[in-house]
Amino acid sequence: MKTQKIAALLRLNAIEMSHNAKAAHLASSLSCIDILTVLYEKILKINPKRPNEQHRDRFILSKGHAATSLYAILAYRGFFKKNYLKTYGKKGSLLEEHPTPKLNGVEAATGSLGHGLSVGCGIALSAKISSKKFKTVVLMGDGECNEGAVWEAALFASSKKLNNLYAIVDFNNWQGIGRTKDILQLHPFKKKWESFGWKVIEINGHDHKKIEKVFKNKKTNKPILIIAKTIKGRGVSFMEDDNNWHYRVPSKSDLIKAKRELGIK
Amino acid sequence: MRNAFAKAITNLAQKNKKIVLLSGDIGNKLFINYRKLQPKRFFNCGIAEASMTGVASGLAASGFQPVTYTITPFNTVRCLEQIRLDICYPNLPVIIVGTGAGLSYANLGATHHSMEDIAVLRTLPNMNIVCPSDPVEVELALKEALRIKKPTYIRLGKKGEPILNKNNSKFKIGKGIFLKRGKDIALISVGNVLPVVLEAEKIFSEKKISTSVINLHTVKPIDEHLLKKIFIEYKKIIVVEEHGLAGGVGSAILEWGNKNKLNLQKLICLGAPDKFLTSCGNQNEARHSIGLTAKEIFNKFKKH
Ligand SMILES: [Mg+2]
Repeated sequence: MKTQKIAALLRLNAIEMSHNAKAAHLASSLSCIDILTVLYEKILKINPKRPNEQHRDRFILSKGHAATSLYAILAYRGFFKKNYLKTYGKKGSLLEEHPTPKLNGVEAATGSLGHGLSVGCGIALSAKISSKKFKTVVLMGDGECNEGAVWEAALFASSKKLNNLYAIVDFNNWQGIGRTKDILQLHPFKKKWESFGWKVIEINGHDHKKIEKVFKNKKTNKPILIIAKTIKGRGVSFMEDDNNWHYRVPSKSDLIKAKRELGIK
Repeated sequence: MRNAFAKAITNLAQKNKKIVLLSGDIGNKLFINYRKLQPKRFFNCGIAEASMTGVASGLAASGFQPVTYTITPFNTVRCLEQIRLDICYPNLPVIIVGTGAGLSYANLGATHHSMEDIAVLRTLPNMNIVCPSDPVEVELALKEALRIKKPTYIRLGKKGEPILNKNNSKFKIGKGIFLKRGKDIALISVGNVLPVVLEAEKIFSEKKISTSVINLHTVKPIDEHLLKKIFIEYKKIIVVEEHGLAGGVGSAILEWGNKNKLNLQKLICLGAPDKFLTSCGNQNEARHSIGLTAKEIFNKFKKH
């Protein structure tokens, strides 16, 4: 199946999970689903049958509130049965509103923002110490970059030359209750990361070819930061770039409309 | 204790290739030998404790046994959420070593006092807390922490502490040790305050009061078996810690005793009051100012 088609399916999964569990953060998931689709379909060397295999590539969803995007792709790749998505947010389910490390395929407990990059640094460092070839990919939000811990980790990664570490920022220009630029100014974002010693690449975070290509880049001795320009709520016209969907839960009719727009029968 | 730690980790890392030492930019001379022998398993993480703790989590999740090292308050309360979520929640084998227990760095000011670390860390599920009482126990604690492979906080003093324990290979996390056996009073000592408690015991002994001294090096998990025995056998139990009374070891024993319906009237908790200590001088002077002296321990017993 083409990755675009897969991404559409995953979007529907995320919308259904949000609808069923009456859980927030749908727009945050829709924002990064293209990135996750390409990562899990084209980039990450992982085996769902052996989720703890020591040479696997690692992915950390540092913006843990987008958990439904992660659950959708993990189910699609067979880390657990697709039916299990129906248990999202329910008592007894490991599919919590923020990922627990108890779930196969989850590399770190995220949900409190600003933790993932440091943990990713530790994992990347472990690969360096033991001469393993795997790569570590951490996905953060633009709002998440308010957290000081992100910048501590940014210093660490470049200082220790972790060129096996990729950080992606899902830059959708929104955070919890407002425009990123109106809350804590991140501009000039690219220059910030470059001055912290990272190689920075800007892409359209919904362009699957571009996302794939970033990882085929030439060798560098620096960690790599990918600024993925995205649209929050991407894929559903009435959710796109409307930050109300950071917290709003889709109704039955929203769900039907979204399904039609995504072209899924 | 610092030197004992450096020596122990240097020796242990020779055999255990999973050990990675992370420093929060302290211990320049201290780790010269370690760095010489293990250049690939030492990282100065800079003055960035939150990052250092997250890095330790990632290393542990990848099969290593990282040990983070910096001054006690900075390696505990400063990076509390990283300890909570990156280490304790996934239950990873990270060893957090803080140097400067209690009032060890009294004259550096309240920023460097560590009177809340035990209280705060013992609320975290999966956490183990060990407070060595002398240089000998530092090595034993480190060995044990590496063996159990669980989140473990080791609370060191500073340097130059007297040797009080035999190199007892029976040292086990969670098992207190009788240093002296008496019949009437039990003196429980936690960590670096042991020299003061041993001095207090001499006063009790001069006054012909038969006293036991228990080295309760592990705060979490608390030694329930030992405590049960003590509550049955002794008339009075005095617990001494160089830490705030709020949430400290005395408090842990009160919680435990309440749950087990024991006679808590027997218990005397001695530690620091609920205030920041300023202009308190060196460690000895600071101890005097809050009554953590042999004489005061005896006086408080008398008044109880
Ligand atoms: Mg955002």
